[in-house]
Amino acid sequence: MIPGRFTYHRPSSVGEAVKLLASLGEDARPLAGGHSLIPMMKLRLAQPEHLVDLGKIGGLKGIRQDGTEIVIGAMTTQAEILGSVLLREKAPILGEAAQVIADPQVRYLGTIGGNVANGDPGNDMPGLMQCLDARYVLTGPGGSRQVAARDFYEAAFFTKLQPGEIVTEIRFAAPAAGHGWAYEKLKRKVGDYAVAAAAVTLTVSGGKCANASIALTNVAQTPLLAADAAKALVGTSLDQAAIDAAAKAAMAISNPTTDTRGPVEYRRSVLGVMVRRAIARAKSRAR
Amino acid sequence: MSTQAKTRVTVNVNGRDMSAEVEPRTLLIHFLRENLNLTGPHIGCDTSHCGACTVDLDGKSVKSCTVFAVQAEGSKVLTIEGMAAADGSLHPLQAAFHEHHGLQCGFCTPGMITRAYRLLQENPKPSDAEIRMGISGNLCRCTGYQNIVKAISAAADVMASQPRKEAAE
Repeated sequence: MIPGRFTYHRPSSVGEAVKLLASLGEDARPLAGGHSLIPMMKLRLAQPEHLVDLGKIGGLKGIRQDGTEIVIGAMTTQAEILGSVLLREKAPILGEAAQVIADPQVRYLGTIGGNVANGDPGNDMPGLMQCLDARYVLTGPGGSRQVAARDFYEAAFFTKLQPGEIVTEIRFAAPAAGHGWAYEKLKRKVGDYAVAAAAVTLTVSGGKCANASIALTNVAQTPLLAADAAKALVGTSLDQAAIDAAAKAAMAISNPTTDTRGPVEYRRSVLGVMVRRAIARAKSRAR
Repeated sequence: MSTQAKTRVTVNVNGRDMSAEVEPRTLLIHFLRENLNLTGPHIGCDTSHCGACTVDLDGKSVKSCTVFAVQAEGSKVLTIEGMAAADGSLHPLQAAFHEHHGLQCGFCTPGMITRAYRLLQENPKPSDAEIRMGISGNLCRCTGYQNIVKAISAAADVMASQPRKEAAE
């Protein structure tokens, strides 16, 4: 399969890239890792007239700590997330999620910025970013602004990103030392999107859950923050009754569609299992 | 730079600078197969799933059906054609696939071997489970995975005991 014709641009700075995207308007698309966009172009489901390749822009890559925050450049690949010592130490849930995204070849090129910006409900990082209460730094010709991951997603493939803007950074407060965490995903095979997936972080103090955050992947048009599910855990000893209540609350807000991954009832039921497993594993890891 | 017309792309392939005039929409797999006549990398699914088109691009295993040739400008690419030594002797991975019958129809083999090459650069002594995860982006429709895993494991042993100059890197 061969994509439609397009004009190729290779800017060398973020400023140049956003100026191009703004002036070319809706006929232009930024190209990050390309592993969502290029397959869509080959199927002619996307036919941009201009591609603005972000691959040669310095400064859009890298993972660093900035005070109490973790900052990840948008062009950082899933493989680089997996290899990051800083993330393994401070926020290991990112590696756990990256490991179940696609396959090794895709992870070498697929970027976290593309994963969060595309608005595909099947992508794993958006839910995880909602769980971590991350903020996206969006840069356009007029400068930069920050939007919370929890506010970013409007519908499938519709986000707060304005034409001419790109995601340049992802920022989140490093989770508390000793926090428990888990990303639990059921997929039919390597490379598939989730039937359902759940991200959980929590802290335990004196045998009781002090804080919890839960977000859900691919069970609605957007990722879902399961605030009531998290609330059901706080103050409990994370016993079976609390875990059951959280799973029930998460299932109640889910709205999956029937597709090749299964009927609605099955996918919602799997979501409940994912939430239970993620909470149990996060609990076992909390110190 | 920006262009829709044909543009000259130069890539170091298997140790030699190779260039051709291509459209921006030309995929790396087509550049390799049709412009450079390197037909070792295969087009299998053409949808980023099967891994038959896998090549090594700047030290990363990539599916060359999902990369534009223009993105590879100035990069180093290793294909199956670059695995054997200059004197024609097989790379340990090629020898092990032969020895352990790591192929049946052979369609997936170029992708399997170039992927296994990068895996062993990053993890010279992988467990069988690590090999299976490492080649999880490569499908063998003869389902000959058992012998593929054996071959990669055997090649790892050979490469550990006989350090040898790599062909194209």
